[in-house]
This record gives sequence, structure tokens and C-alpha cells, in this order.
Amino acid sequence: MHAIIEIGYLIATLSFLGGLKFMSSPKNAKTGNLIAATGMVLAVVLTFIAAVTATVPYTNLVIMLLAIAVGTVIGKRLSDKVEMTGMPQLVSLFNATGGGCAMLLGLVEANQMDVSTTVLGNKILLIAGLITGAVALTGSIIAERKLAGKVKDRRSKAVIFTARILLVLMVLLPVLYFLGFIPISFTVFMYVLATVAMVYGVLFVLPIGGADMPVVISLLNSITGIATAFAGFVYGNKVMIAGGIFVGAAGILLTLLMCKAMNRSLLKVLAGTFKKSKNGTVEEEQEIKDISISETAMSLSFAQKVAIIPGYGLAVAQAQHVCGQLQQLLEKRNTQVDYIIHPVAGRMPGHMNVLLAEANVEYSHLKEMDEGNENMAQYDTVLVIGANDVVNPAAENNPDSPVYGMPIIRAHESKQVIVMKRSMGKGYAGVQNDLFGLDNCSILFGDAKVSLQEIVNQLKLI
Amino acid sequence: MDASTFYKSTTTSLSMDFINQHIQEIYFVIFCVFIGIEVIANVPAILHTPLMSGANAISGVILVGAIIVMLRVPADDYLNLTLGGIAVFLGTLNISGGFFVTGRMLKMFSPKK
Repeated sequence: MHAIIEIGYLIATLSFLGGLKFMSSPKNAKTGNLIAATGMVLAVVLTFIAAVTATVPYTNLVIMLLAIAVGTVIGKRLSDKVEMTGMPQLVSLFNATGGGCAMLLGLVEANQMDVSTTVLGNKILLIAGLITGAVALTGSIIAERKLAGKVKDRRSKAVIFTARILLVLMVLLPVLYFLGFIPISFTVFMYVLATVAMVYGVLFVLPIGGADMPVVISLLNSITGIATAFAGFVYGNKVMIAGGIFVGAAGILLTLLMCKAMNRSLLKVLAGTFKKSKNGTVEEEQEIKDISISETAMSLSFAQKVAIIPGYGLAVAQAQHVCGQLQQLLEKRNTQVDYIIHPVAGRMPGHMNVLLAEANVEYSHLKEMDEGNENMAQYDTVLVIGANDVVNPAAENNPDSPVYGMPIIRAHESKQVIVMKRSMGKGYAGVQNDLFGLDNCSILFGDAKVSLQEIVNQLKLI
Repeated sequence: MDASTFYKSTTTSLSMDFINQHIQEIYFVIFCVFIGIEVIANVPAILHTPLMSGANAISGVILVGAIIVMLRVPADDYLNLTLGGIAVFLGTLNISGGFFVTGRMLKMFSPKK
């Protein structure tokens, strides 16, 4: 039996790796997901069978079966119901459940183990798993609430200061405890640590700005993975270690990628600060040309190659489906349409691609930033919908600008740019966009969905 | 491996024993880090959201640990049975929700024709 379980765990570990490997092409990704899920079911079922064959009280088994049944059903429900725009919230929520599981596991394990005979190394691992799990739990919940717009940024000094004190405490308390300065039982001590870590999780995410959420979500994801790996280490369970480490690696990699795409260091994101523009930067008066819907439709109808640069504003206006219609209409007229997608478009890494895929846009039309930039001069018309900072040329040619250094989509190098905007409001960075004042740029004011629908209607007539 | 074997050591300090006992796992972790990064770095930006939610589902393997710990809780220890039960529930939710939602997203990426 023992050997069968070990082999099962080995297969599960390989399935995780294979599943992630298959994710490297959109064609095979679905199979990859299936492989990883099968491996997971195998690992869980084998562990459970081992539980049944061992002499485990009946009560425990019933509780576990119930919990697994209810968890499966609720998980399926939630995933069926979610809107693609709400995906970041759901991923955060699921991440919170993983963190919560790791934290509770630490608490229960601390109760079960024989404190006097457990080696210090295992206690430390248990503490590490507990703390990372608790931070992922509350941090993810706050991230979810913020993404849903229910919790506002709190950038007060008190919050940041308290968070730092708690961070120090999480390291200091275990040291003091093991040196014998804190005379309480290990179980009680674990409860104290869990509380400190949960409060830290809240304060850690509160000051981070809404636009930095892609970074935070992937970081918290990685923390849950690390918590899993710690727990796996305690039990010497390789499938838990491997699963946890793969997730940790994925999370860290995406976190750094997102930071690079926003030209911000991870530390600055975590501190909740944004580079202020230098004093005395005079905002030049921009001469802005506006363009009407019929003029837009006209220039689209003459264009050979059209690029669409979508931002989160597109999703907010729920305009991705109309956008897909516009693309199909233009393609019928033999106009080539590409989407050029900035890495941080949306609320989590790759979010915009999912939103467009939902609107039936084939992935062959989705171009990454670098590819789009290389061919920018060939586009006759570029439509910027709901994006702002990611097309600001100041990022390349104005060292005083707060967005300077951020990689951008060079929409200004195309023949004509049409920016769809609700008003002259500024982007997240609060910076004037130099693009709007350029000769080849015009602005179409109005709600993106309404305007796109009008353009589609007019194009049908032309 | 049976979890209880890990608690038999009588040393109470972080000694070389611990490292010796766990040297296999330490190697394993290091290899996993490198393999993980290699595999994941190849995933294109277009699939980063499904990658993240799929990875999130994989971290639900913590459920295995939750089941292991539940095995050793006495049947009359209601506090820990409750906490452990919640842990199993949360772990399952993470796995089931994570894989289902990833599948739903990836279905939209399959070629339509």
C-alpha cells in the first residue's frame, strides 16, 4: 500500500509538471489543465484511501467526506457563475482558501504533535507554513475586496508603520519563543502567531494601489505555494513540496514580469508609493482634436490594417463583445485587424486576453507589445480603447515624467491614432498624456460601448 | 511516508541531524525551483491568467496535508475536528474551483473552426 501511494504521488507530481508544460501553447493548454487536475484527484484519492485503511475514527472520515463533497460543489458553482471581468476577484478568493487551509493545518498539527519530542526544525517549518498561509488568507481577501471596489486604498502612515512592526514581530516572536522568553504552550503560541500574521496580511495589502493589483495577486499566489511547500516539508510529502514550489515559482516569475511592465520595483509597489513628478513640471497646454463617430467609421473603412489597443476601460464599459463585432465586420471588408495588448492591461497578468477570447477573438489576432511595436508604422488606423498610460510617449522621451521608463505600445508611430475616451481625465499615473497633443492623434469622446456600437452600425451602411 | 516518523527524533535543537534527515527534500526543492521556472517561463503572456489560476489550483495540493493531519485527530477533539474539517473544505474548494475555472477559460482559447 505504501509503495502504491508513493508511486501515485510521483505520477501526480509529474502531472503537475506536464500540465504546466502544456500551458505553453493555447492549443494544448486545455489538455494540460485536465492532466494536472487528474493528477490532483489521484493524489487526494490515494491519501484518502490510505486514511480509510488505517485505523481512523469513523467521525473523522465522515467530516472529511462531507467537507470534500461540499467544497467540490461550491467550487464548481463559483467557477460556473463568474464573469470573465471578475476573474481576478475569484482567483484571489481561491488563493485565500489555499492560504486558509495551510494556516488551519498548522494550527491543528501544532495540537496533535508531541511538542517535547518534535525537532526544532519541524517546528520552524510549521511556523513558516502557518505565517505564510495566514498572510495569503487575509491578504487575498483584502485584494478581492479591493478589486471588487468595496475597500479603498489606505495609504496612511499608521497602516504602513503598524504593518512593518508586525512583520518584525513575525520573525522576532518565534526567536524569543524558542529562546524560552515566552512561557506559553506551543499550541497557544501558534494561535498568537496566526493572529499576528492575519492582521499583517490585511495591513500589507491595504496601502497598495488598485492598478498594482496584478503584482499583488501574483505575489500572494506565490506565497500560498510557498506555504504549501513548507507543509509538504513537515510531512516529507514530495507531491506537496513539488506542487507548492511550482506555484511559488510561477507566482514570483509573474510578479517580476508585471513589475517590469510597469517599470516599478517590487519594493515600491509594496510600499504603496508612486513616483511623484518633479516639482515645476509645467503641464503644457495640449491642442486636442476631436473626431466624430462617422469620421471614425469612415477612416476605419479606408484602412488596410487596423490595430486595437485595449485597456481595462474596455472591460469596465463591457465593450469587448462590440469590439469583437467591429473586428469581424472589418475583416469582412478585407481589413486586417490586430489587437496589441500591453502586459499590464487588465487587473491580473494576461487578463485582457481572457476577456477578448470570451468575445470570440481568435488568439492569432492577439499580439504582444513587442510584436505590435515592430510593425506599428504599417497600421493605417490605431484604435485606443480604455487605455491611457500604456500609450503615453512621455514614457520614452520625457525623463521628468513619472511614467518614464515604462515600456509602452508606440501607437504614435502609426499613421493615425483614434483614442476613445470618456473625458479628458488622466490615467492611473495621473500624468498628462503627450499622445493626445500629437498631429496624428484625435480623440473620440463618449462611452466606449456606445461609440463602438455606433461605429459598427455606420460601418454596416458604408 | 508516515508523518509520525518525523517526530521521533529526540534532539530538540536545530542540529545537523535535521539537515541530514531532510537532505533529500532539500535537493528536491532546489530542483523543483529550477524546473518550475524553466517550464513556466515558456508560457506566453496570452495565457498568464489561466496559468495563474491553474497554478493556484495546484497549490490546493495542501489538501493532502489537511487529510493527513485529520487522520491523527482524536474523534472527541471537537475543536480540532472542526478546524481540520474547515481546512479540508477550503483545500477542496481551492482545487475544484481552480481547475474548473481554468478549464472554462481555456475552452475559450481553443480554435473555433
